[in-house]
Formats: sequence, C-alpha cells, structure tokens
Amino acid sequence: MKTSPALRTLALAAALLALAACESPSQLTQPSAAMVETRSPVANAAGGATSATSATAAATAAQSTVASVDLATSRGVNPGGMGGAGAAGNTALMAAPTQRVVYFDFDSFVIRDEFKGLLDSYAKAMVRDSRKHVVVEGHTDDRGGSEYNLALGQKRAEAVLRSLTLLGVSDRQVEAVSFGKERPAVQGADESAWAKNRRAELKDR
Amino acid sequence: MRRALFRACSLESNAVTTDLSTTFKMPRRRLLGWAAASTALAAAPLQAQIRVEITGVGATQLPLALGRFRDEAACGVALSTIIQADLERSGAFRVLAGDNSLDERSTPELTAWRGRGADALVAGSVTRLADGRFDVRFKLWDAVRGEGLLALSKVVQPADLRLAAHRVADDIHLKLTGERGVFATRIAYVLRSGRRYSLHVTDPDGEGGQVALASPEPLISPAWSPDGRKLAYVSFETQKAAVWVQDLSTGERRMVAGFRGSNSAPAWSPDGKRLAVTLSRDGPAQLYLISADGSGEPQRLTRSSAIDTEAAFSPDGKQVYFVSDRGGGPQIYRVAVDGGTPERVTFSGDYNISPALSPDSRNLAYISRQGGAFKLMLLDLTGGAPLSLTDTQDDESPSFAPNGRLLVYTTKARGLDVLMTTTLDGKIKTRLLSTGADMREPCWGPFGR
Repeated sequence: MKTSPALRTLALAAALLALAACESPSQLTQPSAAMVETRSPVANAAGGATSATSATAAATAAQSTVASVDLATSRGVNPGGMGGAGAAGNTALMAAPTQRVVYFDFDSFVIRDEFKGLLDSYAKAMVRDSRKHVVVEGHTDDRGGSEYNLALGQKRAEAVLRSLTLLGVSDRQVEAVSFGKERPAVQGADESAWAKNRRAELKDR
Repeated sequence: MRRALFRACSLESNAVTTDLSTTFKMPRRRLLGWAAASTALAAAPLQAQIRVEITGVGATQLPLALGRFRDEAACGVALSTIIQADLERSGAFRVLAGDNSLDERSTPELTAWRGRGADALVAGSVTRLADGRFDVRFKLWDAVRGEGLLALSKVVQPADLRLAAHRVADDIHLKLTGERGVFATRIAYVLRSGRRYSLHVTDPDGEGGQVALASPEPLISPAWSPDGRKLAYVSFETQKAAVWVQDLSTGERRMVAGFRGSNSAPAWSPDGKRLAVTLSRDGPAQLYLISADGSGEPQRLTRSSAIDTEAAFSPDGKQVYFVSDRGGGPQIYRVAVDGGTPERVTFSGDYNISPALSPDSRNLAYISRQGGAFKLMLLDLTGGAPLSLTDTQDDESPSFAPNGRLLVYTTKARGLDVLMTTTLDGKIKTRLLSTGADMREPCWGPFGR
C-alpha cells in the first residue's frame, strides 16, 4: 500500500498495454478502422496475440442476446389437428369425440373390455382400406415427471397399437406416439379429472 | 484518442476484465464527461415479471458491506442491487449497507468497517465510454486483514451490464469462498401460458429473460450444450415428440431425433459430441446415443422390455444415469456408456425419477413420490440416506448449478408452477415468480456464455 502514485500509474499503464496486446487479436487479423484509436505503438511491440476472434463482431454483439424463433408465425408449421388455435386460454375440451378414446385405469396399460368393440371396428375398417392411417396418441394424468409420463403415455399408445396389429392392421398403417401429461383432456386435480386424462386417442391421419 | 485506452481489448467473450489491482490512476475525469453526456440508455429494460424471494437463513454467512456503485443510476442498471441479490442468494454472504460515496479508488477506514461487523467491503463505479460501452470497476477489501484483495474492470456492451454485475458477484464469490460463483450463468425453462409455450433463457436471478422459441405446441426437457451455445429440447410441433437442437445466438434449429414413435429426454455428453435420447422406435422407450447433429444411426444403450428414460451423463462421460421401471416402479439406475449391466442406484421409495448429477459426481438429485407428494431428494452417492430438501408437494425437474452449490427445480405455489433454487442443505431457497404463467422444466446452463 506504500507504492508511490507515479510508480503505480506506470505499472497500470504497462499492464493495460500488455492486456491490449494479448487480448486484442484484431490488430493481427484485420485493419479495422474502428479499432485503430485503441491501438498504441507499444501494444504492437508486446506482440503475442492469443486466440483469433473477430473483435469487430465482439464489439457490436452483446453476448447476452438470444435469437428468438416463433413457430406460430414462421413458415412450415403444422398447426396440427387438435383443438384449433382459436381457443386460446381454454385448455379444456381438447379431447376427440369419446368414441375414439380408450381410457385406462391408474398405472395400467391394459385395454378394458368396454373398448375392445371400438378397436375391433377400427381394425376392420383399416384392414378393408389399407390406405387408412391412424396415429394413436397416448396421454397420462398430470401427476409425476413429464418425461416418465411421456414414456407411460407411449406405453398406452403401444398397447392400443398392438391390439390393432393383432387384429390384422399393418404396422405401416398405425403409429403410436405420446403427449405424456402435456395435453390433458380436462383440467382438475381429482380422480374424475385424472381418469379422463389417462387415455389413448385414435386420430385419422 | 487516449480516452479510448480503456476499451483496448475485445475478446471472444466480449466482456473484458482488466485487473486494476496495481493502481487506479487513470484518466477517469476525462471519461466522466462522456458518462454525463450520455443519459440516453441503450441498456435493455429490466424484466420485472419474475421476483426472487428468499426463504430460510443459512448458518455461516460472511458479512460483506456493499454500497451503490458511483454513477450506476446513470447507466440504467442497478448494478449493486444485482450484486447484493446474487451474493445473498448464494447463501454464503450477508450483505450490509455500504457507503455510497466510496468507489474503487477510495481508501476506506477498514478498521471502522470491521467495527461495524463487515468482514469485507466492496465499492465500485460505472462509466460510459466513448464507443457506447460501459466500464464497470470495483474493489474488494478484506476488512479483517485491512487490505485490498481484488480490483477489476469489466468493459461491456450496454446490453451486457447485467452480465457485468453478475460477473462482479462471481469474482467476489470466488475470491472470498474459493469456489466459482454461478451468477453469470443462465437458466433455461419453459413458460406455459394457456396454449402458448415458450423456451426462455434467463439470468439465475430471473431477470434479463429472453425467448429462444415460442410455439403453440408443448415444449419440454431443455438441455444445455456443454459450451452453453445451444439448447436441445423436445418439441411437439410436428404433433409428436421430437428432439431438436437450437443455436441460441443465431436461432438456427434442427431436428436431431424424429423417428417413429416418441423421441425425448435429450442429455448432452460432456464433450458435446453426442446426445443420449429416449426413443420408442423399436417398441418400448429405450435409451440411445446419437450424434449431436443427428447424423448417423442411433446406437442403442439399454435393452429392456420396460421403460428406460431420462438419461443423465456422469461428469466424466463414462456412465449414464437413467430411470427404469424394469423392477416394477420407476427407479434410478446407471450403466456404463459403452454398455454392460445396469446397476440400481435408488432403493428407498417406489417411484424415483428425474436424476441429476452434481458436477463433482458426489450427489444425485432426483424426485421421489412419497404418499401423494413428489419431493426433491438429494442422495450422497458415497454413502448415506437420501435427504429431503423441500417442504413442498409437487417438486419436479431438478438441475444442478455448474458449481454444484445450488439446485434449480420447479414446484407448485397457489396452483402455478414456479421455479425454485435451493442450497444442497435445503436451508436457503429462492422462488422465481412469474405472473399468471407456469414456469417448468428448468435446466441450469454451464459456466461461460
């Protein structure tokens, strides 16, 4: 703490110039007019630039900036089948008609008897018309993690897919996918809501 | 032109840090004129929709006095407020009122500060440079030993002033605790508002938020590339789950896994070259390794007839932790990245999901179902029983800060999903609140940006 002010000034000047030399590679890579005023002859003498980067770019672009992409306004977006985008704010009632939905018991992937008739008629129609293509979307209730629920929903969709293929539907006509807990049919945190959300929906595609 | 001497440096991470510890005799007065002449601010406005609430008090906190930086009102960013909030949120500091008349060139009466209970003192300034950038300077004193510890200058773009404040907090944290701070890092999360989904990138204090992607379809499972430049995530924009990788600075994005069935749960290998993903293309959800650009054929990592998902690489890249219900309910397992027999890791409870590994490989954070509640747990992998870190019911998606001292996760408060951070002992928590929207699926980014 006893260093004289003059000495400290000198030390700082030297330190800064050394920094200018080693941290400003632009002097070696580009004769940037904008950067000229920051150069000092001594800096050149110090030499030894480190990694080459574009100082101009660095000087203009803030590194906190994130480019924003909006899929609702960009081209090539598949708006998809469900719900219609118009129903903003209303997240309920997105489910397809009941006759195209298979419901599951808690923690179960077994297709209940009451839905076997539905799958049978679907399978018959698909066997009759091999151009028919169906996507089975598996869903879960909203309890638990999003990824594990995605896998659970997939397992439900696969169960429906297996039923269809056992009834003669070709593998190429049907795909099982999952939305996990991301697209509940109804909102709510009780068993009646959960039961309506544990489902697989059949979608003609 | 000598006035431009300060901005002599531009490097890749363009916030230049200059060590000022040798002296402070610089042409400061000349610069002040410029600062005064430029009251129009180019700095990005603060986003106030998220508030940090601190609950609980830690045991040992270093008392540090911090005053307003000189001229910080003129730069439009409350630098000292940001620094104070950062230090307090870490749990390692208790911040006392400093002296607003001090700056980094002052010679404070350190014994007097010691008398007021401060072990350390920080003062600084901010100056607008001729080229529009700002020079943020500060000095840190050790009031116990009565000496200066650190003096630095950071030259940044106006849009990076918040970043500069976070870096000052990082410098103080490192100098006084010996560990790196994470204040200059970023957190990615998904905001859900009605049927609008957006992938946000925010400072760890919940401010400076920006939208990387907005979509009318669900987004889940964002994962930072190790270099902090890209995010992998799951988007349902094609009416099924597919894994995408997006460059944050350019917005360029690419589907890297869009196979038959669902594609999800991306996890970067530590070298950034590969992703572990969950694919259902061969039937049940299983783990596969793919190249980070989506090229080549996926390499199957697990082989079970059960659900295998939620891969997380060990920091050395040699093992993959994951969730499997091969034993009945979901439990956490680990397997060598080049194959072999998976080994079960969690044993208490019948539903354990969402593994996150601390950067030192010592701790495993995960979510455990207990009764009807989903709780954030911490398991010391070197031995011991799992520790519950929260008193909430709906915890999800834990992610470690890169220094391993904090976790970010999501939980429910008044019906909304909110982001929380906690220290590993569960004693200091912060809540990042939003207004009327769900904040989900947080992922803490790496050091650097």
